[in-house]
Amino acid sequence: MPLAVTIMVRIYIDQKPYDVKPGKNLLETCLTLGLDLPYFCWHPAMGSVGACRQCAVKLFKDENDKTGRLVMACMEGVRDNMYLSVNDTVAHDFRSQNIEWLMSNHPHDCAVCDEGGSCHLQDMTVMTGHAYRRFRFPKRTYQNQYLGPFLHHEMNRCIQCYRCVRFYKDYAGGKDLDVFAAHNHVYFGREKDGVLENEFSGNLAEVCPTGVFTDKTLREHYTRKWDMTMAPSVCQHCSLGCNIIAGERYGALRQITNRFNGAVNGYFICDRGRYGYEFVNDPGRIRQPVIRSEKESLNLFESLSGILTEGKLIGIGSPRASLEANFALRRLVGEANFYQGIPENEAMLLRKILAIQHSGHVYTPSLKETEYADVTLVLGEDPTNSAPRLALALRQAVRTKPIENIAGANIPLWNDAAVREMIQDEKGELFMAYPVNTKLDEVASGTLHAAPEDIARLGFAIAHYMDNSAPAPEGMDAGTLESARRMADLLLKAERPLIVSGTSLFNEDIIRAAYQIGQALEKGEKKAALCFVMPECNSAGLAMMQAPSLAMAMKAAETGNFATAVILENDLYRRAKRSEVDRFLAAFKNTIVLDHLENDTARMATVLIPTATFAEGEGTLVNNEERAQRFFQVFMPKNEHIRESWRWLDEFRQFRDGTKPDELRELDNLLEELVNAMAQFKGAEMAAPLSDFRINGQRIPREPHRFSGRTAMLANVAVSEPKPPEDTDSPFSFTMEGYRGMPPAPLTPFYWSPGWNSGQSVHKYQSEAGGPLRGGDPGVRLLGGGIHFSNGFQSTIPPAFERQTDEMALVPLPHIFGSDELSVHSSSVEGRAPRPYIALNSLDAERLHTAEGVTLRMRIGDQVFDLPVMLKNELPEGVAGLPYNLPPMSGITWPAKGILINTTS
Amino acid sequence: METPLTQHISFDRPCYNLRDYEKNGGYQALRKALSLSPESITNTVQASDLKGRGGAGFNTGMKWSFVPMNGHYPVKYLIANADEMEPGTFKDRMLMEGNPHQLIEGMIVSAFAIQANISYIFLRWAYKKAGRLLTHAIEEAYAAGYLGKNILGTGYNLEMYLHTGVGRYICGEETALLNALEGKRATPRAKPPFPQVSGLFGKPTIVNNVETLCNIPHIINNGPDWFKSLGKGNDAGTKIYGVSGRVKRPGLWELPMGVSMRELIEDCAGGMANGYGFRGALPGGASTDFLVEEHLDINLDYKSVAAAGSRLGTGTMIILDDHTCPVGFVHNLEHFFAQESCGWCTPCREGLPWTEKILLSIERGEGRPEDLQLLETHTRLLGPGNTFCALAPGAMEPLQSALKYFREDFEKHIDQKKCPWR
Repeated sequence: MPLAVTIMVRIYIDQKPYDVKPGKNLLETCLTLGLDLPYFCWHPAMGSVGACRQCAVKLFKDENDKTGRLVMACMEGVRDNMYLSVNDTVAHDFRSQNIEWLMSNHPHDCAVCDEGGSCHLQDMTVMTGHAYRRFRFPKRTYQNQYLGPFLHHEMNRCIQCYRCVRFYKDYAGGKDLDVFAAHNHVYFGREKDGVLENEFSGNLAEVCPTGVFTDKTLREHYTRKWDMTMAPSVCQHCSLGCNIIAGERYGALRQITNRFNGAVNGYFICDRGRYGYEFVNDPGRIRQPVIRSEKESLNLFESLSGILTEGKLIGIGSPRASLEANFALRRLVGEANFYQGIPENEAMLLRKILAIQHSGHVYTPSLKETEYADVTLVLGEDPTNSAPRLALALRQAVRTKPIENIAGANIPLWNDAAVREMIQDEKGELFMAYPVNTKLDEVASGTLHAAPEDIARLGFAIAHYMDNSAPAPEGMDAGTLESARRMADLLLKAERPLIVSGTSLFNEDIIRAAYQIGQALEKGEKKAALCFVMPECNSAGLAMMQAPSLAMAMKAAETGNFATAVILENDLYRRAKRSEVDRFLAAFKNTIVLDHLENDTARMATVLIPTATFAEGEGTLVNNEERAQRFFQVFMPKNEHIRESWRWLDEFRQFRDGTKPDELRELDNLLEELVNAMAQFKGAEMAAPLSDFRINGQRIPREPHRFSGRTAMLANVAVSEPKPPEDTDSPFSFTMEGYRGMPPAPLTPFYWSPGWNSGQSVHKYQSEAGGPLRGGDPGVRLLGGGIHFSNGFQSTIPPAFERQTDEMALVPLPHIFGSDELSVHSSSVEGRAPRPYIALNSLDAERLHTAEGVTLRMRIGDQVFDLPVMLKNELPEGVAGLPYNLPPMSGITWPAKGILINTTS
Repeated sequence: METPLTQHISFDRPCYNLRDYEKNGGYQALRKALSLSPESITNTVQASDLKGRGGAGFNTGMKWSFVPMNGHYPVKYLIANADEMEPGTFKDRMLMEGNPHQLIEGMIVSAFAIQANISYIFLRWAYKKAGRLLTHAIEEAYAAGYLGKNILGTGYNLEMYLHTGVGRYICGEETALLNALEGKRATPRAKPPFPQVSGLFGKPTIVNNVETLCNIPHIINNGPDWFKSLGKGNDAGTKIYGVSGRVKRPGLWELPMGVSMRELIEDCAGGMANGYGFRGALPGGASTDFLVEEHLDINLDYKSVAAAGSRLGTGTMIILDDHTCPVGFVHNLEHFFAQESCGWCTPCREGLPWTEKILLSIERGEGRPEDLQLLETHTRLLGPGNTFCALAPGAMEPLQSALKYFREDFEKHIDQKKCPWR
């Protein structure tokens, strides 16, 4: 974004002069200035509609006007020389009366309400001073609805601020939540009971200012916000790296909420990210080291020192393990013996993507920046399922151009209702190329449903139309060519063109095509934004280590040079064919597996080491835009066996090299070592302040100062208060003691400010209401890393896809609920996952004499799956879709071809 | 006395069809208007000082003049607000049932003036007969080439649609009407932006009341000076006045703007019914302040009624007689307003039902002394600007004036713990 010089305007609030930014409304201005002005219907990401009338202030004509009139601050733009009063008695009394109106039907059930203690309505009620209830008539009541596994519905608490429908329908494109009825019986819910379908529904729990929509999974193991031990964390369930706050009590993770990061997720996260956390509490957690040895009564020390001293180690890293863990493994086994632990094709795609991102010819946008794209081309991704928060950003991007088009109408951008009214259904340009329908198709101006090869060919055609020197694909049909020509034209004319692509279809040509378009768009300093979706939370970080793939490891194992495999947080059976993994593991005398959840690989371990999840340890992840972000330990597990993988791997050196305990690494020096060893990670050590960071000599408390029961909560075990655990790896304390003020942005464990107990207090942490966090949004981009990723690009264009008579081309279709390894351990997420299926065009189904719902046998080499047919007529003939990595359908090597057999005929 | 609006209205015979309307001078104004420039029509209407007859009383021509005419807006709309749901108001119904072509002609001229090519009549659901007659009249107008493409060979195009509402009072509020017409919830919009700039489907739009539009052909035919000369005092033109309540002859009359309240009640409505005394009147529909005995000689024009502390509103009066409990009367109104609140803004959605409940409890003899204070607080805090639209402030007008003029009646209810009229 270009830096514009902003000329400030002067306004007077209660006789005090302030120089403020123009183009804002009075409410956000007052909040930026630190004034406490209550509000409900306004939302920093959704603008103003003027419905709740809570933010009334007095506006005077000029300095001599003593009477003034009430205006709603959210509906009034700042103007130079404006005189207003927040403290004016009339304004104050009106705000207090407004709360009394809202409370006339509110159930006053704070004591039993899940929102209590982090309730915006409570905060605003206290803020206005309304205390005594004069309404003496019966309250209106509603019936609540069943809304699925994510949200609990309690309509009686509703204060009709309309934020839920504005988020769900207007912002997130949901269809099944609406406002019904009228007058004082307005109802917010579904047309009838049922699962809320939108992938961002969980945000309603934060968007709702009170307890109408609350987190249903929290309810299963409820605790008050003030009773949680919290830490800033990073979502583990896709490659975008949304920032989250994770809260714990009594050793169980209780809740995930959004942690604002102005450059990444802003105010919203997806439902996989919010509800996928329960793998941490899974009964299938590995809780103690297991030694499977023929020699009896070998303890861990004896066993490990034996194995490690023998040496000949091969290390298999993981894209879902932290940088530190992967690095500690690499150090243990030696650089030459460290492998990525992902299939060769995936590793190759990630190498290409990194090479592109470091090529200097394209720009890698932050997630926030994708919201401002004026023309977007999505090549071979279904972001709603592969990178959900990006889909929400692209839904905002399609409004960018229409909003620019009405610039002349003098409607301030914060005036949400007026902006929406004027742009109506106008949408900017979004072109979706993917084998099947996606949810974003409904806001797209064009779609192509084609085989991966043909999606790549479309990309090459677009590049060709933009730059004649780029080769043109041959034999394309006129319609697709016309789409390509149109898209080329639009991209060339765009101010902020965006190309979204990624690894989902495991197709290199698509990524090359995206790059070709990016190069064609490069005009001097101005570069096209290329956003690549990757498979997992640390795919980028692992790939940047430039280690060979799992396939290479398998080859290396065949040499017989290795005695022991050390497998880090990786279920290899999800990465390769069962027979291959079996053969691989059989090549070793010993297999050390470090992981936190029982899985097929863990079951094969000769030594199984229990590790910490993201909630029990620290680490750094690199997201798809190469932003290094630190997540912090939320709680110290009571079980001493559960340690971060990097700590275990570091301790392994004791067994092997006799390293003394005090020479073992802490997170800080491990990171330092990592950065020294691999220059591409320079900057990752600055993703958050180091462990010795203190403010006024104090640590930052993980617990709010109202944390209760500290001396009582373990009284059933011992009456003396146990010593709180010490944290040697971060600047946090595990208590409520410590620095009370505002910590630096990457170290914010929860949002709280005097009078603002709910998450709405985030504006106090921002440099301006809705703007970036004070001190800058967290995370360090590693793009300047100065390493060269080899760029072996060829400009060959793949031939068009042709249907084979004997076998089907298979495409993997990711699912937000189901495709991610960890989040399906949450019963709420698992409940939303699809059943396994095979998607076919009905013509292909006819050829196979099968129909919707009938089971087909699919054979990929020696892998056999029996799957019910799901008809998707947009699929090209000869292409079948399979849910990606949905248990038990993992271990397929993509791209794949399969033979379909109708076993019933 | 000239009665341009009702000159061709008689309920002793069917309303004029197109041929009869044309025979009596119908569509001459349209022919004339199409030969003029759109701007000059707007200027003429502005010069005539025609004020909106829907209640707000804003200069119609000036309202039109805010519509952008620079050619940047290929789509514009003209809408007739025929959602007449103000309690006590039934003048538009008479105009539409009595002479539908007059409205249609007024709309075509008005649409031409703002260069709109699409027009809607937003009709109250319950006006079945008006709906039938308008449907037929629109068909006739299309057949005669007054609507559709290339009207009367001038190259001007206008489509006209009849849209029937579902019976919500809030749809009479012009921006809520626009939302309803777009198929959205009938919730008002914040202004600015005004409909003249961003109206129906975000395009420049004019919404005028039926009676306002019916005046247009006559202004075009006879000129602004003639129109001004029709009024008696401050305001131009004639007005359809109405009286309902316990008078001898309730009804509607077209009278010069500015006729006195006494003339209207005593001469036109024949005075109070036998045995009933006058206590007060809401001069312009349910959402206006009471006027009482002392106001009987004021002139019913915008300024004079405002000076007396009320509003001319729709000009159709509801009489409160001395056999009717003012508390019950006001409760009935507040019940209506609370029910018709759209539910968008807090003060209206929550405040109106509260006042309604207090009034009901007073009426039932369960009132408390502090209730009057609470009611007064509501009349003050539900004022213009505090709420999102004018519904709640309008609802407070009869209540605040009842508390002023009939306070004893309220107090008696509370003291005696019953309604003295029961």
